[in-house]
Amino acid sequence: MYRILAKTTLTPVTTEYLIEAPEVARQAKAGQFVVLRVHEQGERIPLTIADYDREAGTITVVAQEIGSSTLRLKSLEVGDSLASFTGPLGRPTEIEPDGTVVLVGGGLGIAPIYPICRTLREAGNHVIAIIGARSGELLFWEDKMREVTDELIVVTDDGSYARKALVTEPLKELLESREIDRVWGIGPAIMMKFVTLTTKPYGVETIVSLNSIMVDGTGMCGACRVVVGGRTFFACVDGPEFDGHQVDWDLLLSRQRYYVEEEQRALELFQQSSQQAESQETSRS
Amino acid sequence: MTNRKPNQIPRQPMPAQPPEERRHNFDEVAQGYTIEMAIDEAMRCLQCRNPRCVDGCPVQVRIPEFIKALRDGDMWEAVEMLKDKNSLPAICGRVCPQESQCEAECIVGLRGEPVAIGRLERFVADWEQQQGVREPEAAPKREERVAVIGSGPASLTAAGDLAKMGYRVEILEALHEPGGVLVYGIPEFRLPKAVVAAEINYLEKLGVEIRYNVVIGKLYTLSELQEKYDAVFLGTGAGLPIMMNIPGENLNGVYSANELLTRVNLMKAFRFPEWDTPVRVGSKVAVVGAGNVAMDAARSSLRLGADEVHIVYRRSRDEVPARHEEVEHAEEEGIIFDFLTNPIEVLGDENGTVSGLRCIRMELGEPDESGRRRPIPIKGSEFEMEMDTVIMALGTRPNPLVFSDAEGLERSRRGTVVADTDTGRTTLERVWAGGDIVTGSATVISAMGAGRVAANDIDAYLREEEQPWDTERAAASA
Ligand SMILES: Cc1cc2nc3c(=O)[nH]c(=O)nc-3n(C[C@H](O)[C@H](O)[C@H](O)COP(=O)(O)OP(=O)(O)OC[C@H]3O[C@@H](n4cnc5c(N)ncnc54)[C@H](O)[C@@H]3O)c2cc1C
Ligand SMILES: Cc1cc2nc3c(=O)[nH]c(=O)nc-3n(C[C@H](O)[C@H](O)[C@H](O)COP(=O)(O)OP(=O)(O)OC[C@H]3O[C@@H](n4cnc5c(N)ncnc54)[C@H](O)[C@@H]3O)c2cc1C
Ligand code: FES
Repeated sequence: MYRILAKTTLTPVTTEYLIEAPEVARQAKAGQFVVLRVHEQGERIPLTIADYDREAGTITVVAQEIGSSTLRLKSLEVGDSLASFTGPLGRPTEIEPDGTVVLVGGGLGIAPIYPICRTLREAGNHVIAIIGARSGELLFWEDKMREVTDELIVVTDDGSYARKALVTEPLKELLESREIDRVWGIGPAIMMKFVTLTTKPYGVETIVSLNSIMVDGTGMCGACRVVVGGRTFFACVDGPEFDGHQVDWDLLLSRQRYYVEEEQRALELFQQSSQQAESQETSRS
Repeated sequence: MTNRKPNQIPRQPMPAQPPEERRHNFDEVAQGYTIEMAIDEAMRCLQCRNPRCVDGCPVQVRIPEFIKALRDGDMWEAVEMLKDKNSLPAICGRVCPQESQCEAECIVGLRGEPVAIGRLERFVADWEQQQGVREPEAAPKREERVAVIGSGPASLTAAGDLAKMGYRVEILEALHEPGGVLVYGIPEFRLPKAVVAAEINYLEKLGVEIRYNVVIGKLYTLSELQEKYDAVFLGTGAGLPIMMNIPGENLNGVYSANELLTRVNLMKAFRFPEWDTPVRVGSKVAVVGAGNVAMDAARSSLRLGADEVHIVYRRSRDEVPARHEEVEHAEEEGIIFDFLTNPIEVLGDENGTVSGLRCIRMELGEPDESGRRRPIPIKGSEFEMEMDTVIMALGTRPNPLVFSDAEGLERSRRGTVVADTDTGRTTLERVWAGGDIVTGSATVISAMGAGRVAANDIDAYLREEEQPWDTERAAASA
């Protein structure tokens, strides 16, 4: 169960996985996520459902390698199985025929906005997407994104590919020049914060997907607490999408950093053990 | 030995790891009776003709009978008597609040200390587990399929009983491990996971299929299960943590007890970094609440390396709801109890991490609807305690996730499912419920009992030709 059917390196730090999970695929909707364990001693990590194929019974996730769990995931091969895979979790994106919508995907955020773009378009919206990354080599899925959008704007922070800009710049231009009905911003917390600051003066509703630290992903622990509009919510069951103009960003950013020391320790340990494994490999051959 | 009178034998103390040692490890605290101790303790039982202890037991375990068999050295008979009413005795012997159930009614206890029924229960059950794998008797096979949602004590019991009756039983569990609170909540030092694993193993031998990572309400809805199965048992417990709603509650370092315990027990954070999940408790820890959950959180914190752990409770010692043994053990381990104290704010530092707890002193007033004296804040008595970690153990409610697309399933205002206490039937046809999801957080034994009641009624219902489903009845027992 939960076999990896395909594994594609998208950028030097991001990998796409095609997972065999027919039951999850049957129910999956844009905006939802899964919680998986890479191995038996593994932690439960949430990853957004980046794509699903009901007929093939597969789920696509895209992970950025930033710590021990995502690196360990990358060390798995096609044919290997995950220790567990739970989903679909969280509320799906609310899809309405709004008119013209803008979806902003920063860095890894490109993956989660892909199925939302597709679904919004199927619902009859005019879909504009802005995707961006620090540099060209960190950008992925440009072609895929083109298929599910009416307009696609690509930017990089350093200008090494396409237009040199932050994602908020073309967003502001659109807000200035066009009638925009709704905006989605998904990516690192700090980028989402700036997307909401950009849209705020225009009074355009802006949805964000909050990536607080999670454990079970089913509402039983409260690790994922976020504050939106002055009220506490559990992001895993009440979200992950919320009204971005109401989010307490400082709280989210601070809670995301609570375990940095432990994460660093786990990362070093993982790197040591994989180096050892590698040197054993080479000495054997 | 045999000519000693029962009243001349003292209640046998439970051998336990010394407090100084155990506060640094997660090994089981209470180590169990030796056979000599068990037999001595069994001799203390008067074998009453009208045993009051049995009335004190929520499931009427045949207490004098199993104790007699134990005393006579007929261990298999003792096992049979014990398990006639309780399918999880190795667990209940460890975690039941005996002092307010069977042992509270024991006649021996009127003049001295009651017979240690719980410890004897554990002894007999552990003996059985030590005999190795039990081969279940072959039951007549039945075609009907039953879905059992969740794998806590209510579900394990319902599944086991139904499998023995020959039904095709599937357990659908949201997490990646079976056992419910027995596994994610109650710590290893009180209930070793191997004890639970033995029960699961037995269920699998009975032919119960257990499917993990299946979140009902998300992967399947109740109404889908209703269509796919002949009967559905809902045993999803009360897993939603209640927070206090005071300022500072979302600071880093504030945990719900559920989060702390899940990280530690289910995810094995006490073995980080060998196991990947981290947990962080500082040097000074405050646990708010005084139930079993609070004791478990406090004692786990100590074992994770905290120097000073406080239980902060708004009522007084007399109202503490936790099992006596846990309170005793906690005190021996050096947990500090701050009674008549209520937190009003969690204080934080510039990084958004807990630095203290602001509390107010309380006094007891008139009894409230629970019959306990109502705690009232004393004006002007606010004070601050330095803290690094604050753990909220204020209770839990049913997690509503399972109810998406469950129209017609009546629930109370507290969010619990309405079910007929005699049968477990809910207002939704062919859906039974039992355990914490019906009662709100209660006990392992009551959940087990509810699982058994439902299993019997499911069997009766599936055997019946004409089967009216009287929704009024369930609603009436609300
Ligand atoms: C709803 C949701 C959807 C997400 N979708 C994606 C996705 O599609 N692709 C992707 O690459 N990442 C996604 N993330 C983030 C991803 O879960 C973390 O990057 C991952 O857990 C990091 O684990 P690690 O051991 O590799 O890194 P670590 O070194 O453990 O952590 C690095 C950082 O990741 C965050 N993190 C760590 N553990 C968790 C956890 N259990 N839950 C949430 N965040 C954590 C913390 O902020 C931490 O500082 C999502 C998070 C959430 C909540
Ligand atoms: C820390 C702690 C200590 C305790 N100590 C004691 C004690 O000493 N003595 C005592 O008698 N009682 C104690 N209790 C209470 C006791 O554990 C519970 O009353 C009992 O476990 C309830 O059993 P249950 O079968 O109803 O539910 P649970 O044990 O809660 O099991 C419910 C199961 O359902 C699963 N589930 C939930 N939602 C879904 C879903 N949507 N789909 C699929 N599966 C789902 C959960 O993951 C879980 O496995 C304690 C509780 C806690 C939390
Ligand atoms: S992750 Fe545990 S409640 Fe959200």
